[in-house]
Amino acid sequence: MSEETATRTIRVVVAKPGLDGHDRGAKIIARALRDAGMEVIYTGLHQTPEQIVATVIQEDADAVGLSILSGAHMTLVPKVVALLAEQGVEDVIVTVGGTIPADDVPELKKLGVAEVFTPGAPTDAIVEFIRGAAAERSPA
Amino acid sequence: MAIEPEARRRAHQWLDEVYAKTPEREALFETISGHPVRPLYTEDDLADWDSERDLGLPGSYPYTRGPYPSMYRGRLWTMRQFAGFGTVEETNERFRYLLDHGQTGLSTAFDMPTLMGLDSDHGRSDGEVGVEGVALDTVDDMETLFDRIPLDQVTVSMTINAPAAIVLAFYVVAAEENGIAPAKLGGTIQTDILKEYIAQKEWCFPIEPAMRLVTDMVEWCTAEMPRWHPISISGYHIREAGSTAAQELAFTLKDGFTYVERALERGLAVDSFAPRLSFFFNAHIDFFEEIAKYRAARRIWAREMRERYNAADERSLLMRFHTQTAGVSLTAQQPLNNIVRTAIEALAGVLGGTQSLHTNSFDEALALPTADAVRVALRTQQVIAHETGAANTVDPLGGSYFVEALTDEIEAKAYEYFARIDELGGMVAAIEQGFPQREIADAAFAYQTEVDAKQRIVVGVNDYVAEGEADPALHRPDPSAEIRQRERLERTRAARDEAAATTTLEALKAAAGGDENLMPRLIACARARVSEGEMVAAMQEVFGTYTEHPQF
Repeated sequence: MSEETATRTIRVVVAKPGLDGHDRGAKIIARALRDAGMEVIYTGLHQTPEQIVATVIQEDADAVGLSILSGAHMTLVPKVVALLAEQGVEDVIVTVGGTIPADDVPELKKLGVAEVFTPGAPTDAIVEFIRGAAAERSPA
Repeated sequence: MAIEPEARRRAHQWLDEVYAKTPEREALFETISGHPVRPLYTEDDLADWDSERDLGLPGSYPYTRGPYPSMYRGRLWTMRQFAGFGTVEETNERFRYLLDHGQTGLSTAFDMPTLMGLDSDHGRSDGEVGVEGVALDTVDDMETLFDRIPLDQVTVSMTINAPAAIVLAFYVVAAEENGIAPAKLGGTIQTDILKEYIAQKEWCFPIEPAMRLVTDMVEWCTAEMPRWHPISISGYHIREAGSTAAQELAFTLKDGFTYVERALERGLAVDSFAPRLSFFFNAHIDFFEEIAKYRAARRIWAREMRERYNAADERSLLMRFHTQTAGVSLTAQQPLNNIVRTAIEALAGVLGGTQSLHTNSFDEALALPTADAVRVALRTQQVIAHETGAANTVDPLGGSYFVEALTDEIEAKAYEYFARIDELGGMVAAIEQGFPQREIADAAFAYQTEVDAKQRIVVGVNDYVAEGEADPALHRPDPSAEIRQRERLERTRAARDEAAATTTLEALKAAAGGDENLMPRLIACARARVSEGEMVAAMQEVFGTYTEHPQF
């Protein structure tokens, strides 16, 4: 196996968009991803879509996980997705977690969200999804 | 209570000879907080327990059995459902619906912009107005919120913290303009800013100016609003963030002691303000642990207020609390199961002696409750009150070997935490060093690890799952609320005397730079139709803002 095919560490931004202060889940996911060997950048709270996208670019992230429990996801997620495209990084994997009614999932996916993790999603399913999606994005 | 050697020997013998022979099933015999639970509790577990010292009688020191002699035989707990969404008109309607259905007190949920001190037309409020609660920008909104509700007859609770002083100013002015003096108003405003930095994460200012505002409110309400609780020292949110029961208890009480100390430093006599301090706890799903927690809370508070803070008035020793069933225990999967969870949690609150109770609705893992769902939640309290007999006697579980042992054990854990926090320099220092935040994050991660490993079963989530279920019909935030609220705000601003508004804001800023009590300045701003966001922004110019350095 040549050096180019050695697996590069997956870089994930875990972000809290908007005014939502519920960070329990985001912090657990951040820790789990880090324990799984990924490089995790947790943005902290109260991030604007602009701030999140700037972090994604600055950190050369493979994926960004947006955690929203405030009900404002249908305003905030489209903004993030649009900004990523505007900045030319639309191939970044976008996942969403939080208080997301099932009815909103198809629309989020149509926007380009790769997966939505609703309450009760097992942690390892999230880790494996990101690992798999990152591998597809930059195949070894 | 001296345990006779014979009784002790019998208990040990039973464990070693009889119980040891019976195989245990594969399960985690720990509370949800990780506290080990023994197979059996006997007098042996209360070897150092003294019923007079540790239990007492209801309404007597140390109040383990309850703050009042008659408890629910005298008066049932207040049924107080948290409500709020959209604009003040919609929420007013929901308030009146709940009162019509037998609710006995009001509790107000504000939207994220209001909680964070932002007006509905602020850029960062986009998509969040009226979504997680009701939008409130000015005193005009407060008047509409309580339209046709007699504020001198109904007690009102308002869940707001960083901008609490402003919202209290709105409430006072709205009541006054309806002919009700501040001294007639009964209710509570949450105000507990320390738990925001620890857990709920809704802030406007750095810690010290925020604490100054809290003390201003306590001082002002002590003088002007004798029926009002200027603060609801809370553990609910700490628990929701993932803490254990012992952490919830310890951090809440330590926050409370900190507020007491700040009020004393301000020069207030302890007996002048302590009787109006109130508390707010979580009712989580581990039934007995919760009951033990509430009983330990009352005992610890009474002891510390008497011994450490030298309170002489009996009313200063009473811990009175509101309880909310644990939102975090609700599942999105098979949501009707949540009715069961909420009922059990509510019963724990009642058996723990709560003064006021909110029961969650079954659909709240995914949305704000529909009217039908919240009716079931309210009926849950009414069934407990009128059908189960739980309200027929005071502290029914008093004297239970298990409950008394757990009460002692959780109290001991709380004191360990008090000592650690003191070592760090007190609660404010501990928060600045990230101590409670880290404890909570670690506890949350440990719990999730147990769930992911199926060591801890959550019905419908990691066992007893049912595939392909649709969500129930959910409450949907009304997108027009944001537009309508911005229009309301515009109308208020257009109608106000702009010069007067500016003058009051300048006076507020000047006062913020000094150390006078800010409540009168905030009230003047409220009367002049200054908005919450304008007041917060003015104060931020003086106080600064707060940014968390997150750890995970």
